[in-house]
Amino acid sequence: MSTKLQEDSGRELKKENQEMTGSSMLIQALARENVDIIFGYPGGAILPTYDEIYRSGIRHILARHEQGAIHAAEGYARVSGKPGVCVVTSGPGATNVITGIADAMIDSLPLIVITGQVATKVIGTDAFQEADIVGITMPITKHNYQVRDIEDLPRIIKEAFHIATTGRPGPVVIDLPKDVSEATGIFTYDQPVDLPGYQPTYTPNKLQIRKVREAVTKAKKPVILAGAGVLHAKGSDELLAYVEQQQIPVVNTLLGLGSFPASHPLAIGMAGMHGEYTANMALHHCDLLINIGARFDDRLTGALSDFAPHAKVAHIDIDPAEIGKNVETHIPVVGDAKEALKMLIAENGKPSECTEWKEQLYEWKKEYPLWYEKDDEVIKPQQLMEIIYEETNGEAVVTTDVGQHQMWAAQYYKFDKPNHWATSGGLGTMGFGFPAAIGAQFAEPDKPVVSILGDAGFQMTAQEMSILQELNIPVKIIIVNNSSLGMVRQWQELFYDERYSHSIFPIQPDFVKMAEAYNIQGWKVDDPKKVREVLQEALAYDGPVLLDCRVAKEENVYPMIAPGKGHHEMEGIKP
Amino acid sequence: MKRTIIATVHNTSGVMNRITGLFARRNFNIESITVGLTENPSISRMTFVVNVDDERGLDQVIKQLNKQVDVLKVRDITDEAIIARELALIKVVATPETRGEISTLVEPFRASIVDVGRESVTIQVTGDQQKIEAMIDLLKPYGIKEMARTGVTAFKRGTKKSVLDSPKYSIIS
Repeated sequence: MSTKLQEDSGRELKKENQEMTGSSMLIQALARENVDIIFGYPGGAILPTYDEIYRSGIRHILARHEQGAIHAAEGYARVSGKPGVCVVTSGPGATNVITGIADAMIDSLPLIVITGQVATKVIGTDAFQEADIVGITMPITKHNYQVRDIEDLPRIIKEAFHIATTGRPGPVVIDLPKDVSEATGIFTYDQPVDLPGYQPTYTPNKLQIRKVREAVTKAKKPVILAGAGVLHAKGSDELLAYVEQQQIPVVNTLLGLGSFPASHPLAIGMAGMHGEYTANMALHHCDLLINIGARFDDRLTGALSDFAPHAKVAHIDIDPAEIGKNVETHIPVVGDAKEALKMLIAENGKPSECTEWKEQLYEWKKEYPLWYEKDDEVIKPQQLMEIIYEETNGEAVVTTDVGQHQMWAAQYYKFDKPNHWATSGGLGTMGFGFPAAIGAQFAEPDKPVVSILGDAGFQMTAQEMSILQELNIPVKIIIVNNSSLGMVRQWQELFYDERYSHSIFPIQPDFVKMAEAYNIQGWKVDDPKKVREVLQEALAYDGPVLLDCRVAKEENVYPMIAPGKGHHEMEGIKP
Repeated sequence: MKRTIIATVHNTSGVMNRITGLFARRNFNIESITVGLTENPSISRMTFVVNVDDERGLDQVIKQLNKQVDVLKVRDITDEAIIARELALIKVVATPETRGEISTLVEPFRASIVDVGRESVTIQVTGDQQKIEAMIDLLKPYGIKEMARTGVTAFKRGTKKSVLDSPKYSIIS
């Protein structure tokens, strides 16, 4: 059985300035935006569009729940760098993608979400499957539209793609009433976008760049914090070149993993609530913090009052509203990360004299690495992550949900390349990882895709195993099964006197049988001595595999900054 | 601190919803919002009076407004030479005996009595916020039955504020 990952999308470009239906315009516009694949689920109000999808032969992946479709679109967007397109019907179809839209908004993923809507003449009458999706998605989209007039449709689609993919990327919703998709109008797409209220700044101010250069020269303890903005800007090569030129240590955010090679000598690791000791100490003790494309999220900063207390802060971000939002910034630089890094490289400033600082960091790294106690009887989740890393040569595309397994994956899988990591960072969405892996596999058909999931999160979107079966997509599902909501359980242990309120599952489905029900390989492993072998087999298998890995049930993620604490108050560091 | 911010926005359906929603979810404290058409019918002008804790809060209000695709221009005009006006309708308890008194009170404010009932009169007053407040203070002793204020609308002056434009009500202490 061969996989059906690559298939000609069979799109046919019709000439401009022709009369056509709204749904036909949509398909024509998608073709012009080089959309190869859409993820969706049909329904009443979107029927005309689905009729056109049928006739045009554009590649469409049928999810089994709209949430699966939108997370797949997110995974595709994160790994490919192209906009993910999701098509759903009105009312419940549209409300089922809300979580994914909010997830894409907070993690800055470019999505085009087309929602069907009831006919314009019945909007506002509580018609069948009507929901005010423009109102509902206003706070969780970069922008949204309801198409009231067929004449506006080509312009709206063009603007939507422009807004979703430029500046700080984000989701854009187009609400398409049924009658508008059936109406006919003249299709003209070759027109410039005219949005005077939307003019993202790409090229940073030269004076500000110079200030960064000067601050680096003066600094004794500089550190770069590299976030997902580097990845969105496709600026990893520039970051590496700048770091090599200036020899500044680099700390990553959770979402920024892969923006700088983890195996590089100047890579200090991930910072944050469950970040590495050295990375957090680097932020705490630095005298110059250069934030490139990170938004100083609370899970990264810990208590703001204790955050980087000695640092002069430079912040490079394409979204001016992020600068100074949480952390007082001394050198604001509004612009694209790649452009800023290019300019910084061109400045060729005198590097900072920070040998002592780097020695200190290396010493901490040696003294306080990530650690766990090995066990011969039970699989330690950290060990599982190490084995996954080793057996995939660090080259797999990894997706996760949120929680303990996510933190262990982030800690122990060392990403050397960009766009190999899709995780739900800001929103922390359970049920994200598995469908995201499907989208990621479509973006990278030739790379191994490993979806590391919790047993709880997997159950939220497990129905998408249908897609794996239908198209024989070789995603490897690895369930880090501790029969509980691990992170919730950990917090209840630490902060709620071990009152495990609804975090431990009294029963669990048989995941192997679930896989079998979808006619995909399902294997269980609970012996630490056999993990490697089983994983090798799964990775070598030509097709999807579900691995139910029974891990130590009460393992906690460490080190940790307790909520409300600062980086200097980490717990669970290596004794 | 109280700041007056003006924004020009695309006059699309839902734009007011976008802005008020933004203020609510970002925890910004708005005292008033006014909105109306400009000389260009496709563009509306909004005037906000906001209460912010510090410079950073103010900075966020302006940046978040600027992030909206439908917002064309945002400006904090508090410290600039501006014309800021508000209109208030105030219904005051008035007996035939007090009517005359109220009428003389209203005159120096260039306010006018726009409706007279058996037990009340309704006064319309226009001016900057201080003037409206002063008018309300003076009318309070008579008993205010109902009041409606529009909130401030403002824009920059064509030239610098001149001496002649000093408040007209300053003679009343």
